[in-house]
Amino acid sequence: MSRAITPQKKIMWTAFAWAFGLLMFFPILWTFLTSFKTEAVAIADPPVWLFFDWTLENYADVQARSNYPKALMNSIAIAVGSTFLGILIAVPAAWAMAFVPGNRTKDVLLWMLSTKMLPAVGVLYPLVLLAKWLGVMDSRILLIVVLMLINLPIIVWMLYTYFREIPGEILEAARMDGAGLKAEILYVLTPMALPGIASTVLLNIILAWNEAFWTILLTTVDAAPLTAFIASFSAPEGLFYAKLSAASMLAVAPILIMGWFSQKQLVRGLTFGAVK
Amino acid sequence: MATAHSKSAARIMIAPAVFVLLVWMLIPLCMTLYFSFADYRPMRGVFDAWIGFDNYIRFFTSSSFLSSLMTTLWMVGSILLITITGGVAMALLLDQPMFGQGVVRILVIAPFFIMPTVSALVWKNMFFNVDNGLFSYAYKFFGLQPFDFLSQAPLFSIVVIVAWQWLPFATLILLTAVQSLDSEQLEAAEMDGAPALSRFRFIILPHLSRAITVVILIQTIFLLSIFAEIFVTTNGAFGTRTLTYLVYQRVLESQNVGLGSAGGIVAVILANIVAIFLMRIVGKNLDN
Repeated sequence: MSRAITPQKKIMWTAFAWAFGLLMFFPILWTFLTSFKTEAVAIADPPVWLFFDWTLENYADVQARSNYPKALMNSIAIAVGSTFLGILIAVPAAWAMAFVPGNRTKDVLLWMLSTKMLPAVGVLYPLVLLAKWLGVMDSRILLIVVLMLINLPIIVWMLYTYFREIPGEILEAARMDGAGLKAEILYVLTPMALPGIASTVLLNIILAWNEAFWTILLTTVDAAPLTAFIASFSAPEGLFYAKLSAASMLAVAPILIMGWFSQKQLVRGLTFGAVK
Repeated sequence: MATAHSKSAARIMIAPAVFVLLVWMLIPLCMTLYFSFADYRPMRGVFDAWIGFDNYIRFFTSSSFLSSLMTTLWMVGSILLITITGGVAMALLLDQPMFGQGVVRILVIAPFFIMPTVSALVWKNMFFNVDNGLFSYAYKFFGLQPFDFLSQAPLFSIVVIVAWQWLPFATLILLTAVQSLDSEQLEAAEMDGAPALSRFRFIILPHLSRAITVVILIQTIFLLSIFAEIFVTTNGAFGTRTLTYLVYQRVLESQNVGLGSAGGIVAVILANIVAIFLMRIVGKNLDN
């Protein structure tokens, strides 16, 4: 904007924007503050904002709850596992579609996206049945495969848009210099594609971490990740706000930080290139 | 240059992705389709492979179908209304000159990254709870009778929770679109004396129309399958049973797989109607 901005106007916009920003962020801030309170302070009326005896005991309590470490490990295994399995399958596909486009490439891409639109309830019972039949109900491997499949279209799509930005002339130059397919992929494409792959990994870990349909319905004890662990707080006993807050912060903090880093990729990954 | 050799190599590279997605699409979906024509109640040991369209007829004529459809429409409709109007306003606000723009953007976007079960439980207990929720304290502060949100206005409560999660998404996408607006055009309009409202109506809104359509379509697809937020707050009670939730209950809770599968097929068809429109827009964009 080249228009002259008066300082008053800028201060006014700043105040407005910060007010709305803090309003949106408030539930997270409140959860954060509550996680350091004792249960009695957590439900104090009028609410206590900053001046209380900050305590870490809720975090210790949650860690001590027998199933928290397991849920955390499950979340990590499922989110990371499904993302890397997805990347493994998607990189060759996206590479081929970006650099050797055929007549049907567009149709294949759109068809892949359309599988993402399939409502989960439409295939709920068959999946439960198949999982039981294969003896993998409530196992990490089941969740890794299922979450990989529901996110695969997004992974392929994101990688495709990144790969397409790599100029084809570079490949031709490499080929002229006598680089084979292997050298081309290893020394020319991989370094150029790495940032795109990293962003894709980041966004998909976030999506898999927060997935809360299959992770709740296909697990009971052994493979239950943090989504299911937190859901178990929906039937509370006694005072539990501070503990709920601590558990919530533990579940969302790493993803929140990753999310802030991947804001830009979010637009690309979730609009399938329809908004630039 | 794509040679015949590289073309066949490309096919092999695409094959695994196509294969797993094809299996994932076809096998479970065909099973659901098959069950939807069967009388299948595993808890009672009933399995009759072909009963024609009975499940569909029963599903459509049951009172729970119509109410769940209305609930779904109300829920998705009001969340869309809130997130689109709010998102346009927020995007325009965030585009203004200000101090600490990056920080404000981070604050606004944060709710989108919160796990659905976490946001639902935090809102349910720490804000909506009639005894100890912040809203009740605020009501009491103003001398009002505390209001039990989740049992008196359950649909509204869930709409608030989900809208809070999705408003950041709409804001982020629309902000991207706002920033691609040609500022010279706006300046010219301003110099010609066009008031702010007409500038919004005739320049900004048309520019945003495509982004708005995309946000509506993508959100609709995700919102049609809201699950966790209902699961941990009302568990489908008090008129918050959406189509997705009804199918889940039929299939897993009452174990009437035939009836639930018919409902599942209905959900698939509804989602596909939305998906077709989204695909068209995405497909057009692929060509340029």
